[in-house]
Amino acid sequence: MDLDPEGIFRDDSDSDDEFYQEKEASKELVVYLVDASPKMFAPVPTDEGGTKETHFHIAINSILQSLKAQIIGRSYDEVAICFYNTKEKKNLQDLSGVYVFNVPEREWLDRPTARLIKEFSSIEESFMSNIGSRYWIVSGSRDNSLYNALWVAQALLRKGSAKTVSKRILLFTNEDDPFGSISGAIKSDMVRTTLQRAKDAQDLGISIELLPFRRPDEEFDVSIFYAELIGLETDEIPNFLPSASDKLEDMTDQLRKRIFKKRKVKTLTFSIANGISIEVNTYALIRPTLPGAIMWLDSVTNLPLKNERSIICADTGALYQAPPKRFQPYKNEIIKFSVNELSEIKKLSNNHLRLLGFKPLDCLKDYHNLRPSTFIFPTDEEIVGSTRIFIALHKSMLRLRRFALAFHGSSTHPQLVALVAQDEITSANGQVEPPGMHMIYLPYSDDIRHIEEDHMAADDNASRATDEQIKKASALLRRIDLKNFSVCQFTNPALQRHYGILQALALGEDEMPDIKDETVPDEEGMARPGIVNVIQEFKNAVYGENHDQEEDESAAGRGHASGASKKRKEMTEAAAKESSSRDWEELAENGKVS
Amino acid sequence: MARNREAVVLLLDVGPSMHGVLQEVEKVCSMLVQKKLIYGKSDEVAVVVFGTGETNNELQKEVGGYEHVVVLRNIKVVDGEATDTLQNLPRGTVPGDFMDAIVVGIDMLIKKFGPTNKGKQRLCLITDAKYPIKDPYEGTKKDQVDAICQQMKAHGVKFDCIVYREPGAMRTSVMDENDHLLDLFSKRIVARTVHVDSPLSLLGALRTRNIMPVTVFRGDMEISSNMKIKVWVYKKTSEERFPTLKMYSDKAPASDKFATHEVKVDFEYKSIEDPNKVIPPEQRIKGYRYGPQVVPISPAEWEAVKFKPEKSVKLLGFTDASNILRHYYMKDVYIFIPEPGNRKAIVAVSAIARAMKEMNKCAILRCVWRQGQGNVVIGVLTPNISSVDNIPDSFYFNVLPFAEDVREFQFPSFDNLPSSYHPSEEQQEAADNFVRMLDLAPSGRQEILQPDFTPNPVLERFYRFLELRSKQPDADVPPLDTSLKMMTEQSPDVFSDQKLLIEFPKHFELKENPKKKKSSRRAWREKPSLSNEEVSAKDPTASNLLEYSSDKKVEKIGNQNPIQDFEAMMARRDSSKWVRKAIEEMQNYIANMLENSHEQDAFQKAVECLKALRKGCIIEQEPREFNRFLIELKDKRKITNLANFFDLLLSNKITLISKEEAADSDVAEEEAKNFPVKAESASQ
Repeated sequence: MDLDPEGIFRDDSDSDDEFYQEKEASKELVVYLVDASPKMFAPVPTDEGGTKETHFHIAINSILQSLKAQIIGRSYDEVAICFYNTKEKKNLQDLSGVYVFNVPEREWLDRPTARLIKEFSSIEESFMSNIGSRYWIVSGSRDNSLYNALWVAQALLRKGSAKTVSKRILLFTNEDDPFGSISGAIKSDMVRTTLQRAKDAQDLGISIELLPFRRPDEEFDVSIFYAELIGLETDEIPNFLPSASDKLEDMTDQLRKRIFKKRKVKTLTFSIANGISIEVNTYALIRPTLPGAIMWLDSVTNLPLKNERSIICADTGALYQAPPKRFQPYKNEIIKFSVNELSEIKKLSNNHLRLLGFKPLDCLKDYHNLRPSTFIFPTDEEIVGSTRIFIALHKSMLRLRRFALAFHGSSTHPQLVALVAQDEITSANGQVEPPGMHMIYLPYSDDIRHIEEDHMAADDNASRATDEQIKKASALLRRIDLKNFSVCQFTNPALQRHYGILQALALGEDEMPDIKDETVPDEEGMARPGIVNVIQEFKNAVYGENHDQEEDESAAGRGHASGASKKRKEMTEAAAKESSSRDWEELAENGKVS
Repeated sequence: MARNREAVVLLLDVGPSMHGVLQEVEKVCSMLVQKKLIYGKSDEVAVVVFGTGETNNELQKEVGGYEHVVVLRNIKVVDGEATDTLQNLPRGTVPGDFMDAIVVGIDMLIKKFGPTNKGKQRLCLITDAKYPIKDPYEGTKKDQVDAICQQMKAHGVKFDCIVYREPGAMRTSVMDENDHLLDLFSKRIVARTVHVDSPLSLLGALRTRNIMPVTVFRGDMEISSNMKIKVWVYKKTSEERFPTLKMYSDKAPASDKFATHEVKVDFEYKSIEDPNKVIPPEQRIKGYRYGPQVVPISPAEWEAVKFKPEKSVKLLGFTDASNILRHYYMKDVYIFIPEPGNRKAIVAVSAIARAMKEMNKCAILRCVWRQGQGNVVIGVLTPNISSVDNIPDSFYFNVLPFAEDVREFQFPSFDNLPSSYHPSEEQQEAADNFVRMLDLAPSGRQEILQPDFTPNPVLERFYRFLELRSKQPDADVPPLDTSLKMMTEQSPDVFSDQKLLIEFPKHFELKENPKKKKSSRRAWREKPSLSNEEVSAKDPTASNLLEYSSDKKVEKIGNQNPIQDFEAMMARRDSSKWVRKAIEEMQNYIANMLENSHEQDAFQKAVECLKALRKGCIIEQEPREFNRFLIELKDKRKITNLANFFDLLLSNKITLISKEEAADSDVAEEEAKNFPVKAESASQ
């Protein structure tokens, strides 16, 4: 099946699927469990005293964002959205205070659809009238909405085996003491049954994760109740909350990060020295997101078509299942290889990552790159002591400003890699760069082209900028400065457009969405007089005062073709000439010319 | 392809001082010819050697001089003969004169092509340039280089030169003079001189495939609407792929001489409802997935709404280089060069590149390489300051990820990990030393395994196998070339201080996680298997090396090194049967030894073997195998005279494997400790 029919996301080099496509085996089922008690709707003042937001709104927003990302990136995962502490109830068990949100043509736990996203995005408008909010504990009633919610979530997740899919419950709340308003036997009873319910779920392979909100003036104390519910060890509690921030945008950001589950690619053995090996997990933190697969449909019925490939012998017309051999024409002969032999050629060592030595960071050039990097993080799961060695090397590499050179013996693509140690970077909204090493795939000499040398100015020395010109350029650099540029601040306009169109069509909307292209330069900023001036000064310094005039003149007197086009013309002519002679030669060689 | 047709004259120094690396020269030159046999069948190749006792070249015949230069092959279209010639280069007997060889090479090119074929002729010189070249009849050596360059320029001859010298070789004034002369070439003409100091780098130093680069973009790099710089953009790196082989059909009868043996692949689209109904192309429509839905859109509709940016390369701004971490580079790399011959562009690029370098800045660009491209590229432009006078400054360009391409997984902070995960001060110091000493860029020699000089071992192996197969149709896949091993293993000749590799691991302790069920496929502590050195020390003949292919597969326990054989077998991961087989063989070996010999030295050897077996069984979590065997021995003890042997076991503290050592054991620690004692009492 063609993944990218238009070829728009493909570039000149074709990508190997194994590296870029994630396996579907790591399918995930998630139930979002959102607290809808009145406290969640209490406005939280922002720093500047401006707009007030509610924790409920932040929760909805981050779920919405992750749904949108998911339908693009991982549309096979299934989700259910479930509110608790609600007036209305809607669930299979008919338990009170729990409301499962859904749209038509979709199971309660199912892949996200365009309609789900659309209706969920406006849920707040009608929430109070349709679903309603209520307090955790209603006096006089023995209703325990958290207990009910966990029960409903667990029942929703009854699908699929815990061995092959990962099942998670994400709990959004700002109440750290849900049973605070009651006491005595009733309370201990409720706490006990709720914890038991959580444990039952966990025993079934469901992980329960807490996404807590805190109000600006108070802490969210996990030790009151939740530590036990989610199975947190006492010494883990201090690390549980990554520097919670008061800023609302930071909260959304933090939630979004936590909603996504880490998926490891695989566990690698990392041979360090003298037969000592540790283990590391690898993660694909950066991979191009491509538009989803296309399918061929029957335009009459709109039903998908089955694609059948048949292999036919060109000589006899006989049908083949799968020919066992491959061949390469060489020296007028046919050299055959079995598929096994071909894979044996590629197998240079076992599947390990083998340390070869260290080099100063400046040996890693900007052109030493071929593919997106892979992140590695140590694991003690099988070999106790791995993390310790990894951390020791990590520290030394950072301190000595060196990277490790290693050989990655993958069976299809053995490669030299640079392992660059990355120190942890954090900001107000949590971790920005995790600590670990990044594996950078290095080119071989066969992969590096000598473009500069091919264009050597053979006659004279190439011109260099003078100090004065460099100074003008420096002023330019200082002036047009993107201060807080962050690598992934832009969304991909082609992808946004692609999915925007699909969403509109899927929902049967007539109007095509207007997707803003965030990548266009800031024309307005560039037009500011200060910037216009430094640009002009730089231009005068490198091109001379009369550049534009000279250009116009040369454009006017376009008697001669430009160097580039002339060269191209020469090349095509030569090619035509040579191809005719070559064909003839080849025919003669093959003895087909009599 | 045809427009790329080039003629290469290989000028190879085969003088005595080159003999050590002639094998590599043979390999890399054969590779060049082999690639031409596939990708450039009409390219032409000549082979000239110098430093030979004999002389055979036209110039010598015509004008005299030019001794010790032999033309092994005249300029002609590549064929199998060329590889044969290159694989059997003569070993010369006199120091070579590279300048004579260059002149002979140019003469050949001029005679063959005259004024035609400009820019498609190449001289490739491989030499160590250790010995003085002869003084010319008139003028200085420098004048001679100038004259040669004139000729080369006039005929559009390119010049590649590879100078090989061993690391740490004494520099002489002759070398300095020679290097200076060779450098002159790259100042005068299109020439490239590289110095390498290892056989591996030699294999990577020659451009074996002639690729005519194509521009990705030619046009304006827009700083603003008012300020534009004319640039050409090329790929700087691009992966050379494994050749795409065709599927082979063996259906044609052997008698059919004209059989192509190719296959055709047909695609048919069939209705799901009726699998026999083929849907014709005009009745098909593309459906795009959106979640579980499939949205049908006709090409015309899609064309009308899709994203269509204008072709352009625009500056978004500059930023601190530290804002762009290295691991965000997404793809192979582009290079922006100023439009060739455009002085203004060259200066403008130079000014910005140098300012960037000084201020540690980079630029962020938005690129749409060609009209009709359906997406935009955001990337980072970094300076590439030229160190060669006649090469202009340029930029490298790396593609950066979009927000959708990044997954923000959270990882525990190292500081928050339990203290057992943190190295002690002493361990940290050991790590510091290790990182400092295991140095691949030592001062005083070239950086080791520099990507620019490190060839792709898979391609190397493929082409060697291809050549081998063409001569012996039943040949097996050859092992990895020895000089390429340097990139798959820590190389002993790189690190003078071998202690380092042994010392560092001693500071750390690793053990298998007892909570975890053993995974039989994983070897965390590799057994000291037969290393290459040992193999070659035992029998250095090539045929024997072949037997121990890259994986050093040991299949049985021999008398020579039973323990090593056992460990090597246990370490084999290609099949789970080897562990079982190793244990079984070792048990038989020990039992045999004990049965057939009652001498003390045999006992000592048996104890050593038993120790190895015990260790192996713990590592592989096979305690029962060992315990069963030991108990069996104990039982045998009643009938054979093994009392002394059991005393030895006692003094060597060899007992049953307890539960504590291997979870699968059913022997308690106490019981294991008492084993020999119990055995004692049992015999009474």
